[in-house]
Amino acid sequence: MSRETMEYDVVIVGGGPSGLSTAIKLKQLDSNLNVCLLEKASEIGAHILSGNVFETRALDELIPNWKELNSPIKTKVSKEKFLFLSKSKSLSWPTWLLPSVQQNHNNYIISLANLCRWLAEQAETLGVEIFPGFPASEILYNEDGSVRGVATQDMGIDKEGNKKDSFEPGIELLGKVTVFAEGCRGHLGKQLIRKFELDKGKDPQQYGIGFKEIWEVDEKNYEEGLVMHTAGWPLDNNTYGGSFMYHAENKQVFLGYVIGLDYKNPHLSPFDEFQRFKTHPAIKKIIEGGKRISYGARALIEGGYQSLPKMFMPGALLIGCDAGTLNMPKIKGSHTAMKSGIIAAETINEHLNFQKDLSTFEEKFKNSWLYDELFKARNVKPSFSWGLILGIIFTGIDQILFRGKLPFTLKHKHADHETLKPANEMPKIEYPKPDNIITFDKTSSVYLTGTNHTDNQPVHLQLKDPNLPISYTLDKFDEPAQRYCPAGVYEIQKENNVNKFVINSQNCIHCKTCDIKEPSQNINWVTPEGGGGPKYGNM
Amino acid sequence: MKILVAVKRVIDYNVQIRVKEDGSGIVTDNVKMSTNPPDDNAIEEAVKIKESGKATEVVAISVGEEKAQETVRKALAVGADRGILVKAEGTVEPLAVSKILQKIVEKEKPDLVFMGKQAIDDDCNQTGQMLAALLNWPQATFASKIEVKEKSLEVTREIDEGLETIEVNVPAIVTCDLRLNEPRYASLPNIMKAKKKPIEQINASDLGIDTKPRIDQIKVEEPPKRKAGIKVASVEELVQKLKNEAKVI
Repeated sequence: MSRETMEYDVVIVGGGPSGLSTAIKLKQLDSNLNVCLLEKASEIGAHILSGNVFETRALDELIPNWKELNSPIKTKVSKEKFLFLSKSKSLSWPTWLLPSVQQNHNNYIISLANLCRWLAEQAETLGVEIFPGFPASEILYNEDGSVRGVATQDMGIDKEGNKKDSFEPGIELLGKVTVFAEGCRGHLGKQLIRKFELDKGKDPQQYGIGFKEIWEVDEKNYEEGLVMHTAGWPLDNNTYGGSFMYHAENKQVFLGYVIGLDYKNPHLSPFDEFQRFKTHPAIKKIIEGGKRISYGARALIEGGYQSLPKMFMPGALLIGCDAGTLNMPKIKGSHTAMKSGIIAAETINEHLNFQKDLSTFEEKFKNSWLYDELFKARNVKPSFSWGLILGIIFTGIDQILFRGKLPFTLKHKHADHETLKPANEMPKIEYPKPDNIITFDKTSSVYLTGTNHTDNQPVHLQLKDPNLPISYTLDKFDEPAQRYCPAGVYEIQKENNVNKFVINSQNCIHCKTCDIKEPSQNINWVTPEGGGGPKYGNM
Repeated sequence: MKILVAVKRVIDYNVQIRVKEDGSGIVTDNVKMSTNPPDDNAIEEAVKIKESGKATEVVAISVGEEKAQETVRKALAVGADRGILVKAEGTVEPLAVSKILQKIVEKEKPDLVFMGKQAIDDDCNQTGQMLAALLNWPQATFASKIEVKEKSLEVTREIDEGLETIEVNVPAIVTCDLRLNEPRYASLPNIMKAKKKPIEQINASDLGIDTKPRIDQIKVEEPPKRKAGIKVASVEELVQKLKNEAKVI
């Protein structure tokens, strides 16, 4: 089938912090370059979810006068707390005893979605063409195997794959260079990593699932600029995770929880752990009397340096968390994603204007502070595979005494889909019922995300083997998809006493957890029709 | 034949509406905005009529703040030829919108004016009717099928009793129901082309229209929460509760 083509110097896939930074930097370096950017969400920012305590280092380099341009970076961190939680108690850890990477006094509490909207405005002013609502669904290759561009999703296909009256074929967007910036576990990035063996010699990538709720809290519990993190309860010593609570502007508190997807107990429900966490007295007292106004979840990268794939290939670059530039001990990925985007733009500019190879990305990356940061942070996450307590002790030594310069590198041993133990070997977890005041169920939570997918379209969560969930995964792992999905997409329903695996794909909030955690890698997340998915506001 | 289509920028239908804490209105900051859904049907129908050769030009118009230009642009991307944005700040009530449309109709001299049957934000369902009165034109509201005849339209209307088919003489106002058609997608090349189509900007005040609201909005509040149901163990308990607690039997 022949599709219409549009040609650009650079095609960027994904309107997050990395892709937008590439776009802006490219136009700053050479305003004559034709740059377009595709975004699967209905508008820039609508699929962005992040804590977020923002370090401005990369933005200072990209747009030095950002303070004069009405940027949505307003709330400076004013106070920091770190708590260890037991079931009913909390122990405050002095902040001066925190490694410097976890100190935030020069940083800002922001909504990353709003920052991306603002970056998109800057990019458009510079002449970047931004197309929200158009997911890149397919990679196009040249005959020599190099990346030629991407094709956008066909629109107007029904459940069975037939064309509806409204059918609109996808477009081929051809770029001299294509930049993949889809965020964590991008579905095209995944294909590129495999095809070009970008992860050869690297440790398996590590992921987490992050939840976030925005609460409007009572005046008396509100302390603008307060940043608080917790570790411990409700997770056990062997499950990696912790919470964040950021007091942003307008009496809004960003409350969230991150759990490493290398957890072992298939009975664990990350969503319910987060809900339960909010009932801790130290947390409850802040949100009590307030109102939950937003909910969302998204997978994030935790592998860092050891798992970072090669980021260049013929005709293309893989940047931000599509590759995996998040700094785990810092719990920050926005400034690193932006920096990788800036380096990508510098590389592409030299490639297009001075015929330098895209492989010069590597050298630029290695000489940058980004590399330095990721290198120093490398041993923190793997040390937590020994449990929370040993992890903290080691991190203290590694980060405070040696500042990340220990002469060895710990390995990530397993991919996250390999870590589940059989259900009958692991303890069941009883989660308390939601009270609809502090804790909620998945249905009412997803409702807040504004998620919608056109109903009559193919299911975008594809099973490689449609029988496997019932024939194997249910029996062995009690089908964990029912629990790891933060949106209740997967259900086991009994019909005439026969188990049936149901996929409510219209609820999917595009977090990618299923694609990562499914023990047999049986679920493949592909792009749904453009504009589908959540409609996050200031997440 | 020339068709003028009015489109409104509203909060996207998927977004959960949130009332401001002080009850002074609803939260619109950082909220996804879209074209009012039945207005999409109005544009689609106009473009279809043009494609069938029965109309020569489709003009999209919106009334509102600067950003309503995006809504006009979207109409251009699915086939409208040019756009008009009448700029006005704050809430513009149906009467003011219809007075503005009247002025534009006098200037543009379209044969038909299409718009959605109502907007999903204020649910007024008045603009088309008021415009018909101001212009003294026939109106066909809640249209789910439109057939263009020589100098008239045969319009099927969605009414409580079923479907009603009426004939109106052109020029006429038609307000469109969601069942009228399935709006098309804006394709990338068409979005690019739409960027080059002209949008004329006019200030409402330059048309001599006072857009000051005539209605005082006293308070906005969320609908009361439904109480959770309970499970009863037996029929006896149910009967007892219906008698003594609900007092309905």
